[in-house]
Amino acid sequence: MKITNKQIKIAQASNRLRNKRSGAYVSFEGWIRNHNEGRHVRRLEYEVYEPIAIKEGENIIDEAKKKFDIHHASCIHRSGLLDIGECAVWVGVSSSHRKDAFEACKFIIDEVKSRLPIWKKEYYENGDSGWVNCETCSSS
Amino acid sequence: MSKLIEVSYFAVFREKAGRDSETFNTKSETVLDLFSEIKKIHGFGEPQGHCKVAINNDLVQWDAKIEDGDKVLFFPPVSGG
Repeated sequence: MKITNKQIKIAQASNRLRNKRSGAYVSFEGWIRNHNEGRHVRRLEYEVYEPIAIKEGENIIDEAKKKFDIHHASCIHRSGLLDIGECAVWVGVSSSHRKDAFEACKFIIDEVKSRLPIWKKEYYENGDSGWVNCETCSSS
Repeated sequence: MSKLIEVSYFAVFREKAGRDSETFNTKSETVLDLFSEIKKIHGFGEPQGHCKVAINNDLVQWDAKIEDGDKVLFFPPVSGG
């Protein structure tokens, strides 16, 4: 688990998951989109409390390794200001077969989104800004 | 018995409190008691069930006991990814 305020180097990160036992590699990239709930988004800012985000992220990866038959898994999340189109989060998983890699990748991104102390603030075209509600809050 | 607790806020909590941390002299027994005390002061309206709390950098349940000198971190609903 890594937090960075610089562009995520995806090719470099995915290469670290390569190994001779793996026949599958599945990844997820979360990108910054230019709209949310009907509003035009200009840019986005992530606030991260790193000591717990890293510890909890490592816990999630350990849980994925116990739950699924995978070889390696990794996650990188951005902090700070990001522009539209940038990659905000990357998850990569390698395994012998694709099924476990797909399932573990989904498990990791879902848990990262709901458990890590990370908050995003949207900056809108009209000059306003606002903290984004978590998905579980808005659906309840 | 009253305890001295350092409390830290993040994101929307920090903006509502107007500060990133402060010290409380409190008789609260648990983090939930302390949160109830603080949310009235700063007007935190976020549902407690969607918030998280940590003591000394470890995530804990809302019934966790606080002790004199603890550093308590209150996290509003998260929105990573």
